[in-house]
Amino acid sequence: MKKPELDRRDFIKGAVVGGAAAAGATTAITPIDIAQAEPAPAAPTAAPQAAGYEFLNLDEAAFIEAMVDHMIPADDISPKGTDLGVNIYIDRALAGSWGKGDRLYMQGPWKPGAPSQGYQLPLTPAQLYRASIEAANTHCRKTYGQSFDRLEAAQREEVLVGLSTGKIKFDSGLPVRTFWTTLYQTVIEGMYSDPIYGGNRNKAGWAIIGFPGAIAVHRDHVESYRGKPFPSKPLGIADLS
Amino acid sequence: MTTKLREVDVVIVGLGWTGGILAKELTEAGMKVVALERGGMRTSENDYSLPNIRDELRYVVRHDLMQNTARDTLTVRNNPQQEALPMRRLGSFLPGEVVGGSGVHWSGHTWRWTDMEFKIRSNYEERYGKKFIPDDMTIKDWGISYAELEPYYEKFEYTAAVSGKAGNLAGTIQAGGNPFEAPRARDYPLPPLTPILASEMFSDAARNAGYHPFPRPSANASQPYTNPDGSKFGGCQYCGYCQRFGCEANAKGSAHMTVIPIAMRNPNFELRTHAWATRVNKDSDGKRVTGVTYTNVLNGEEFEQPASIVLLCAYVLNNVHLLLLSGIGAPYEPVAQTGVVGKNYCYQTGAGATLFFDGKYFNPFMNAGGSNATIDDFNTNWAFDRAPHDFLGGFNVSGGFNTALPIGYRPVPSGTPQWGTAWKQATAKWYQTAMTINASGSVMANRYNCFDLDPTYRNAFGQPLMRMTFDYKDNEHKMGVHAAGVINDIAKSMNPTKLNSATARTDPWTVVPYQSTHNTGGAIMGSNPRDSVLNKYLQSWDCHNLFVIGANAFPHNSSYNPTGPVGALAYWTADAIKNHYVKNPGPLVQA
Repeated sequence: MKKPELDRRDFIKGAVVGGAAAAGATTAITPIDIAQAEPAPAAPTAAPQAAGYEFLNLDEAAFIEAMVDHMIPADDISPKGTDLGVNIYIDRALAGSWGKGDRLYMQGPWKPGAPSQGYQLPLTPAQLYRASIEAANTHCRKTYGQSFDRLEAAQREEVLVGLSTGKIKFDSGLPVRTFWTTLYQTVIEGMYSDPIYGGNRNKAGWAIIGFPGAIAVHRDHVESYRGKPFPSKPLGIADLS
Repeated sequence: MTTKLREVDVVIVGLGWTGGILAKELTEAGMKVVALERGGMRTSENDYSLPNIRDELRYVVRHDLMQNTARDTLTVRNNPQQEALPMRRLGSFLPGEVVGGSGVHWSGHTWRWTDMEFKIRSNYEERYGKKFIPDDMTIKDWGISYAELEPYYEKFEYTAAVSGKAGNLAGTIQAGGNPFEAPRARDYPLPPLTPILASEMFSDAARNAGYHPFPRPSANASQPYTNPDGSKFGGCQYCGYCQRFGCEANAKGSAHMTVIPIAMRNPNFELRTHAWATRVNKDSDGKRVTGVTYTNVLNGEEFEQPASIVLLCAYVLNNVHLLLLSGIGAPYEPVAQTGVVGKNYCYQTGAGATLFFDGKYFNPFMNAGGSNATIDDFNTNWAFDRAPHDFLGGFNVSGGFNTALPIGYRPVPSGTPQWGTAWKQATAKWYQTAMTINASGSVMANRYNCFDLDPTYRNAFGQPLMRMTFDYKDNEHKMGVHAAGVINDIAKSMNPTKLNSATARTDPWTVVPYQSTHNTGGAIMGSNPRDSVLNKYLQSWDCHNLFVIGANAFPHNSSYNPTGPVGALAYWTADAIKNHYVKNPGPLVQA
């Protein structure tokens, strides 16, 4: 995999500090140029909208984009994670009530507890994400000299294995497995939840598995399609509203 | 400041199946009834309609219809030596928090528990001797019989539109039904649901193995139906969005579209939503309760609602919690084994296998809540000899699907990577071509599995959280080994392309992931006040005008879903109040 030489984060950071610092001599770059420089997303996905982020900062956005594109690469099964909008789903989830700790009992005292006692951190999901991405990037810089989004595919793979097995330990004391299970769950949600939440763009997640989506009145189908593939163009809530 | 309201005949805490049944029955008997529901009003037309109800993220993942743990939760631990910590979000079980309660988001599985449960200690002692029952296993006879409950089971089945096939009509075994069920006077009100491929394949394999498969009885109307009260049901659409969802077709029997609207049309009834009961009040001699104190959670105002009769009809956990908070009955203490309130908390156990069949299309998105075929050969079949396996209780085994939506259900063979192209390929290949076989197993009461008040953590009202102490014991582990063996033998006989075998559970119980909303016990029924909280009419031994209705009354848990006996006991208690208690208020059973 080619190492990204210039990404949106460089551009925006460069613009903030005066241009030259991050991007070298390329002072004439505009956001339009960058958009054109990116490969067109594979059909049948339409061009992603320029959605913007509500919660993620530049480092976090770069981490999540690299993460979801590594976990969900573009291939003949689906577009890549960012073209599915999984990054947008995660951003909106973290910015919204779930990310802010809705329905989470947040009274102390706080203790690590046993694994059987479930989530015990004094952090909302958004706080957990923020602190964990920082810790993961710290690990990446220490190990590889670069943040996660700048790593080669093989190095990214190594990081994911380390996070998922708990081999990586965060210096900050954050429990790696708690972050990983939260991250993994939100990636899955971004692939397979209704597109009204920002992921599963064009129902391309549902199309992977042939899930028909929100249109689900199968009284007549349960007999006629027993044991047969059900031809389905998935429909979401917005399609039926 | 607390505003004291005018006394009514009955105050009901919690308006789900049990509260709804009692509200309807008692208002029709002329009693003035007020129901306090901590959740809000939801209706099928307004809230459970298409397309918005088809939202896995909102209803399954984000728990839209469930109790909000930010306001009130439990603390949990596996044993009395451990420090309990709060269950900070829902996981293992999902109590409902709306008008209609957990009966909105259930799957509809409706079973008749039999004398195998109600006379459990007598049965095992008689057949296997006293020593077969471990010392710390606190199972007991319930003090009620199947014959007493039979007409009330029928009443609930006809109210809730249960689809199924009788296996034993008045003592005559019926082909195609469950031959091990207890005799029933009438068949189910509706024929079984249309079977799906997975349930048919399971049935064939089970039959070939000598077992007795039958369609799982479920309150999913197999065709349009009007129940004896005039409530109208649509036919089940096999939409695949059943468990955790309200039903847009009104095909799933639920209190919010049957008994509750009938009560609401009755001028004797008043519903107060967003009304959070914090205490049941006792009179000065402690022999009666005087009413319920509650908070309007929309503005924080506190009220006292006096009543001649108090009915606790909240979820199991909240009924027991209210008793503990109100100081009614002696709290149970597991080391000294004194007291009764909080005793015999039970849960359920299970095992499951996933079978992958290259090229077979199961269409896991087309199913009803009850699209399973089941065998009871290791459950209500008393001829199944438990001695060689050294466990009490039983398990049922089912093949089929229930709510196999893609965030939660994407089976892949063991060893598949968790991400990347190979993972996506496996997900794409197997989502539609896999099926599952699952066992649901009973949990026997144990002296250490119990509830009490937590010494540290508090809810939004400043009250102590309830503390749950629970773990599986040897009995459950031994049963799990046997159940996994049965599942795997059936699965292998079906020659799947790949098989993720069932394994017996050995780890401690954990608060994640979801396991079952079949919590039982804590305020149990029995034949004397020394070892139970309630008599067989679910009337408090301590305060005769207090009734506590729900699975809290079960002295142990069977492998079956609890709603059948919960509904039957609600009708049974309603009759006891209408026909006996109001004529002569006092204990219905002498201690």
